[in-house]
Amino acid sequence: MKGKSVLRAQLSDPHSSLPGPDDITREVLENGITILTRPNFNSPSVVVSGYLAAGGLFDPDDKLGLSDFTASALMRGTAKRDFQGIYDALESAGASLSFSGATHTTSFSGKALSEDLALLMELLAESLLEPVFPGRQIARLKAQMLTGLALRAQDTRAMASLLFDQIVYKDHPYSRPEDGFPETVEGIHRDDIAAFHQQYYGPKGMVIAIVGAVSPEDAVQWVRAALGGWKNPEQPLPLALPPLTSLAETETQKFDIPGKSQADLVVGVAGPARSADDFIAASVGNSVLGQFGMMGRIGDVVREQAGLAYYAYSSLSGGMGPGPWSVSAGVSPENVEQAVELIQSEVARFVSEPVSAEELSDSQANFTGRLPLALESNAGVAGALLNLERYNLELDYYRNYADRINRITQQDVLAAAQHYFDPDKLAVAVAGP
Amino acid sequence: MQQTVTHKTFSNGLRLMLKEIHTAPIVSNWVWYRVGSRDEIPGITGISHWVEHMQFKGTPQFPAGVLDKAVSRDGGVWNAFTYMDWTTYFETMPAEKIDLGIRLEADRMANSIFDADEVASERTVIISERQGNENHPLFLLGEAIQAAAFRVHPYHHEVIGDLADLQTMRRDDLYQHYQSYYRPNNAVVVVVGDFETGAMLARLQELFEAIPAGDPIQRRIRPEPASNGEHRLVVEGPGETAFVQDNYRAPAATDPDFFPFVVLDSLLTGPSSLNLFGGGISNKTSRLYRALVEGEIAVSLQGSLPATIDPFIYSITATVHPQKSPEDVITAIDQEIKRAQDEIATPEALARAVKQARALFAYGSESITNQGFWLGFTEMFASYQWFSEYLDKLASVTPQDVQRVAQTYLRPQNRVLGTYLPASREVAP
Repeated sequence: MKGKSVLRAQLSDPHSSLPGPDDITREVLENGITILTRPNFNSPSVVVSGYLAAGGLFDPDDKLGLSDFTASALMRGTAKRDFQGIYDALESAGASLSFSGATHTTSFSGKALSEDLALLMELLAESLLEPVFPGRQIARLKAQMLTGLALRAQDTRAMASLLFDQIVYKDHPYSRPEDGFPETVEGIHRDDIAAFHQQYYGPKGMVIAIVGAVSPEDAVQWVRAALGGWKNPEQPLPLALPPLTSLAETETQKFDIPGKSQADLVVGVAGPARSADDFIAASVGNSVLGQFGMMGRIGDVVREQAGLAYYAYSSLSGGMGPGPWSVSAGVSPENVEQAVELIQSEVARFVSEPVSAEELSDSQANFTGRLPLALESNAGVAGALLNLERYNLELDYYRNYADRINRITQQDVLAAAQHYFDPDKLAVAVAGP
Repeated sequence: MQQTVTHKTFSNGLRLMLKEIHTAPIVSNWVWYRVGSRDEIPGITGISHWVEHMQFKGTPQFPAGVLDKAVSRDGGVWNAFTYMDWTTYFETMPAEKIDLGIRLEADRMANSIFDADEVASERTVIISERQGNENHPLFLLGEAIQAAAFRVHPYHHEVIGDLADLQTMRRDDLYQHYQSYYRPNNAVVVVVGDFETGAMLARLQELFEAIPAGDPIQRRIRPEPASNGEHRLVVEGPGETAFVQDNYRAPAATDPDFFPFVVLDSLLTGPSSLNLFGGGISNKTSRLYRALVEGEIAVSLQGSLPATIDPFIYSITATVHPQKSPEDVITAIDQEIKRAQDEIATPEALARAVKQARALFAYGSESITNQGFWLGFTEMFASYQWFSEYLDKLASVTPQDVQRVAQTYLRPQNRVLGTYLPASREVAP
């Protein structure tokens, strides 16, 4: 029934492009799977994406990377098809499907021509419910993952970010990279993966978004048929995060990667969770600090004025927990100190005086204006629908988004900046020659 | 792809392509210039890319730091890219705001200042961009391979340019490059999205037609002579992972052999798309993935056949398995190439490649920005027709065509074989 109202809305006003209660269908199956769907018949394709409540938080320390490894291993063979059989079906249809592990969840993402949606749903269900983790495939995958970690150790950007997490999240699970370390991945075996899958994969907390050339009724039916019978009585509740201790003073660490031309640095703090009351204020403030125009104030000072870096920007992750709020830049090794000082002084300014009225309104206009662009593709809409569920937002969130953004004041931004940033208690991570 | 595209040429030589798409209240505006690293000679390598950076450094009407903020304020996204054959700028904005994007593109087609202080501060930014690239082994390897593959033709150097030139180029060099190539008769404007063609054309005419045409451009592109034998090279650098990049001189995008080559690449290394936005699909059933990655000789593999004005190179890049050597990878690649030359592909394999291309087109068409990209991009090396006939051309490729292309191009005489060796690595026996 909701499908019909969608079509009417689209016919009468082709420009009401933001998802809302009248064109999103949300349904929860008996086994706990939440389905969100929104049709789009403008292109003959469909996106299926979502997540399960199994993530790296469940990894034992000595097998760090297990959840991520498990996600990567799901499509290496199922009870019905071997690895080549799975990918032959997918690639012959020009379709794609992949799984990846994150800290709190395991996510999946697929797309296909709408004529091949049945195939995509079959493969999703097979991979989740009936993976067999063939030994030879697991060994092959392990070599690929270990090479990935060897490349990470040479990647200045990745290593600066990893080091930053280890400073800010000392003794907290967020200090642990979800892809693990060579010694922990080395210790992961086929039986660990099968056991992780058996225990932690299940329908409770699973969310799936289907967006594209399929009616809402059909989309719900596809999920029900493929995954409606899935049960896992062993599946535990999600783990709660332990409290985080803030830094007592600024802490700087360097990771040496000899032979590189450029150093990367990350400077920042633990920021708000997406559910924090001041998340939106912090997010608008972050735009002023290091996003808006050519990378905000940070870009202006570090790139435009000092000419120190090709990229210098701030980012605010705002996920399930207190994700990083940080400034990143890539600079010549001899300019690291100068760049860090410039960033520190911008942070000091950010917490000591309100952003200007013009800066605030610029970023607000940017946030509200770009929303339709973020939602133009099926993948963009699917991501937006998943965020509604992940962060417990109302179905009219995107329709009311402009009001939420425009309500933020200069004082709100300053309060959020002061809540999270202390210029004397920053983590400074550098990786380079 | 069936929707109508309006083509128009203004009296100053500016070409325009407009396509209405009313699925979302968005318009994407692109300006394409026929200039890139292909138009550079030693001494000014990297100049096209640097000029692109300077295009954000202000005009009298939109001073430095104003235009990027203005577009962002209106909820737009913008960017610019410099490639071997072209340079492009785009703004995708809410439909009612796109006039700003169009005004600033018309303005900077002719009025950029190239302030000396801005040139000086951008010099270190671009050197930093180059240093960031140098951190990646595949950049270092690719740079050496291009230099070996093109002794004469300007595809010899990377788009970013050589450090020596980035250190020494002067403001006047940049300004002269801008003056020579940023002319309406050397540009193509593409507007795609939620607008009415008549009104949009009138507005474009108002803003662009008064910009004076430039002198005809004298391009002195020296064609690369036929190769007289295989080149092999080694780049050494940090890390513990080795890479192999196997390259063959490839046909230009307008060569009739290009389409059979696209199909050949799809069989060997998996489908690639023309999408800048919209993504691709995996290549795990491609012949080389099966031989190399499933065979545990490499841990990843991809192919690349860029669509270029002049003949460029087809690349097969593999990350060497930690227990294997680059020689093992090269042997395995050679075996699959020999197979493509000796055995005829099945019609089913070709039909599969066409279906994959069709799906990738559908994904790319979800994005209005990507549709704008397609129109201008294909115009740079061919024409809109090349784009609109792409799927049909692929569908008409025969197994014999694919075999002939494999035999013609994938010969040792045509090859540049590059290996990245970690300085610390002990090569497996």
